[in-house]
Amino acid sequence: MRVVVDLNRCLGYAQCVFLAPSVFKLNGEEALQYDPNPDDATRLKVLRAAAACPVQAILVEHLSGKEGEATS
Amino acid sequence: MSATSTKEKVADLVATFKSTGRFVIVGASLAGLRAAEALRKEGFTGPLTIIGDEPEEPYDRPPLSKQVLKGWVPADHTKLPRVRQVDAEWRLGIAATGLDRVTKQVRLANGEQVPYDRLLIATGTRAREWPNAKEAALEGVYTIRTSTDAAGLQKALAAKPGRVLVIGAGFIGSEVASVCRELGLPVTVVESGSAPLVSSLGGVIGAIAAEMQRDHGVDLRTGIGVKSLEGDGKGHVRRARLSDDSVVQCDVVLASLGSIRNTEWLEGSGLAAGFWGVGCDAGLRAFDINGVVTESIFVVGDIARFPHVLYEYQFLVLEHWDNAVLGAEVAAHNMVSLEPDRRPHLPLPAFWSGQFGVNIKSVGVCPFGNEIIFTQGSVKERRFAAAYGHRGRIVAAVTFNHGKWLEYYAAQIERSAPFPPPPAGYDRPEMKPVPAEFPDPRVPTSRPDVILTGHDPTERGAEFQARI
Repeated sequence: MRVVVDLNRCLGYAQCVFLAPSVFKLNGEEALQYDPNPDDATRLKVLRAAAACPVQAILVEHLSGKEGEATS
Repeated sequence: MSATSTKEKVADLVATFKSTGRFVIVGASLAGLRAAEALRKEGFTGPLTIIGDEPEEPYDRPPLSKQVLKGWVPADHTKLPRVRQVDAEWRLGIAATGLDRVTKQVRLANGEQVPYDRLLIATGTRAREWPNAKEAALEGVYTIRTSTDAAGLQKALAAKPGRVLVIGAGFIGSEVASVCRELGLPVTVVESGSAPLVSSLGGVIGAIAAEMQRDHGVDLRTGIGVKSLEGDGKGHVRRARLSDDSVVQCDVVLASLGSIRNTEWLEGSGLAAGFWGVGCDAGLRAFDINGVVTESIFVVGDIARFPHVLYEYQFLVLEHWDNAVLGAEVAAHNMVSLEPDRRPHLPLPAFWSGQFGVNIKSVGVCPFGNEIIFTQGSVKERRFAAAYGHRGRIVAAVTFNHGKWLEYYAAQIERSAPFPPPPAGYDRPEMKPVPAEFPDPRVPTSRPDVILTGHDPTERGAEFQARI
């Protein structure tokens, strides 16, 4: 599963840290760090975290089939 | 021909173009990927080729100097989430080496030519290597820009080196020094300027950043350069000689000397491409060297050099994450739109940096300001907001662990509100504006990642018309 957080938008409310603590962590009071490729087993937690984010800064990949990548 | 039929005909042409035009994106990182997705969102269904010199599919770079180096996230685990199918032909691991605007073709390193009707240039930047090639080749000497760089440096840090030397205390260098301390590694930071972050945030904030580093046990040395790196018999770096002739024993060296814009492949193309990027209008259409705007070539991301209304229409280059994301949407929209529908790319510059447990965020262009005032919080507790002023108006703001207030300042900057700004909250410290202490541009220091580059659309001399 792929995740990216828009850290310009993130204001450190840390809802994600409560909902998916293995994926989202605060470094200090406000600086969010996260695992951009968490295990699929955490998917439900990550989706909950994304939904709960007050500033909607968490983007989770929803596409099912991946595109063929390097073709050259 | 009646007005209606002309309108219909134009609509037909646009529809045909959106389904058969050949679109090429050079650069397969954040800006290139998001532009490809945005093109599909705009209804472009024609053939799309994405060319990138790195073999990896698009990945996110900010985690590389933080959670990756810490050893939490593997370097190849930062691939960007896709927001939409792009249905593109990916040409990864092959660099573009040339552009022919007459035949409308991009030349690849393997000699192939890729024809285009619309071209988007998103080749970004690369890390500036340690200038002495022989010393740079020593084992244990790193730069950090790619996931491969990060994987190598992470491994070197995990091996518990005796001491790490960081050359250059910009954002990347400071973040890496912070990670070293979190890992319990001794680290020396050498910065030729007067303080860390000084070129981006000025000397007043730089002094606070310096205190932060020293409080966390960093051996910070400012106003000093590195003269040479020296290796052992096996070609592994072991010490650095500084400009004051002192010697630092170190087993890992990170050269964080800023970036170089990847514009060399555009040499001879006649575009306004050079040291500061590719000149373009506020709609991200590239200029040629005479300052004439092109119709079919667009620029986005770290190398787009565009005029900004908030900063006296000076051309701005922004090596910021959201500049790539927002610019990608504007470029994609304008690539498939007719003139009246084109949009400007006028973002309020913004960035963040996590270091030493502090979240540093900023909006606006700090170096455009010459005064600074602490507006909220406490410097001592490293939880504060400060605003930058230029000729009596607010042009930028920075927060340390006070990010929730940044939006307030962003709104003030967007409407060029007076400086000092009215109080944002209850915790206003009793302060007066003071000089922000940005270094003289002639003084060598780490380069800021947002740069105002003057009013000339092209960095090269224009070709003046001969008088007949």
